[in-house]
Amino acid sequence: MINFDLLDNSEYLNDQLFSNNFLPNQFITEQENFENFKIPNIPTPYQFSKKIIDLSKQTELKEKPQEKNEEKSEEKGIVKAYKGTTTLAFVFAKGIVVAVDSRASSGQYIASQTVQKVIPINKYILGTMAGGAADCQFWQRHLGRLTNLYELTNRERMSVSSASKLLANMLYSYRNYGLSLGTMVSGYDNKGPHLYYVDNDGTRLKNNLFSVGSGSPFAYGVLDDGYKWDLEVEEACELGRRAIYHATHRDAYSGGMVNVYYINQDGWTKISTEDSNDLHWKYQNEKL
Amino acid sequence: MSIYEYNGSALIAMAGKECVAIASDTRFGVRNQTVWREAQKIFQINNKTFLGLGGLNTDIWTLKETFRFHHNLYALREERDMSPKVFANLVSHVLYSHRFGPYFVSPIVCGLDDDNVPFLCGTDEIGAQEITHDFIATGTAVESLMGVCETFYKENLEPEDLFETISQCLLAGVDRDCLSGWGAVVHVLTKDGITTRKLKMRQD
Repeated sequence: MINFDLLDNSEYLNDQLFSNNFLPNQFITEQENFENFKIPNIPTPYQFSKKIIDLSKQTELKEKPQEKNEEKSEEKGIVKAYKGTTTLAFVFAKGIVVAVDSRASSGQYIASQTVQKVIPINKYILGTMAGGAADCQFWQRHLGRLTNLYELTNRERMSVSSASKLLANMLYSYRNYGLSLGTMVSGYDNKGPHLYYVDNDGTRLKNNLFSVGSGSPFAYGVLDDGYKWDLEVEEACELGRRAIYHATHRDAYSGGMVNVYYINQDGWTKISTEDSNDLHWKYQNEKL
Repeated sequence: MSIYEYNGSALIAMAGKECVAIASDTRFGVRNQTVWREAQKIFQINNKTFLGLGGLNTDIWTLKETFRFHHNLYALREERDMSPKVFANLVSHVLYSHRFGPYFVSPIVCGLDDDNVPFLCGTDEIGAQEITHDFIATGTAVESLMGVCETFYKENLEPEDLFETISQCLLAGVDRDCLSGWGAVVHVLTKDGITTRKLKMRQD
């Protein structure tokens, strides 16, 4: 899928094709905008990178036969993003539960069954991964760097609200450049537990319950049925685990292991890693 | 996503010593949604012939009935069953009659001829035959299935060993494909009869 080499090819690396020191826009500060991405000097860089990086194998069927309208086809190229994944997170009385599957697929091919889709941003904040793996890893690691820097400068932890907004603003500044990520930023700060949904077109939403990915409709089905505010910690973890298991079972593009994390005022802990297949036969036996 | 990947499927047929085996997954899905886990994709045509159909499920059933109709007419007229080879020719003929608006299927035919010699044949959606003497695979998982078959297949296996080989190949191949799995069925055909087994497998 990738040919990043092309972007570094010395043949293309003259100033005519690439403008270095590109500043995406005025919304983010000099300090946040650490990177000098090599941007091809053409009107629509996204159109260029789309030819090189194909993230949309799964949704070809949805696309109507070639529309001339550039803006339309651009939107469609971006909507595709959340291929094979189920992730969820919810806030309840005693903390936050984050649960994910671990399958990575390229089209219909299963590339890996052991992917780590929860990314620690710092000791108190977790991010989840849906969409492009590199985009998620890179931007959330960068966010982790910013939260650490903030803590060193101001002698207090960054709030979840600030962290998620920082991420949303960075993503918004790269809107229409073909980034692909749908993430939930969740964690504890001095105002309590918070959960935000942030995605590549700059959406930032706050709620007590989110699920992201191709398996999210299946996960929501279980989650909405079992969710209430006053869950015990064990019950909440089991609800998250069950929702992910049902998604791995029904959704072709989700599977592998079910990872469950729990966050409270002392930071995050990994609760369990279980094979979704073992869970299937366990739940199957409980039914009988 | 192509129409061949709409429902998802995985099929293998293998030849042994005076025996053949045919195996398939049992998923019926609609794109990413797994709807049913006990779908049938292998059909017994007569005592010595099996037909496996991968591809679009609605076409699988239409064609299965068409083939049954033609086979029964033949059996009544000739007072004998079709040999696997003749049945493969029937498959080719029916498929090519839809040359300019084909059924979206990829069939495999396997069986034993009058001397109990294995017969394996696969065709594309418009009936081009590919006759092999070792194994044949089709469906959405075809790349990974061919890979494991190339690795594990041996010639002249006894029925029990053939069952083990084809089962392990199917399970390993299907575990690298999103759109197939959720259960598997294996038929082993020998001159003495047919054994059918269901396999327990990953459910994701």
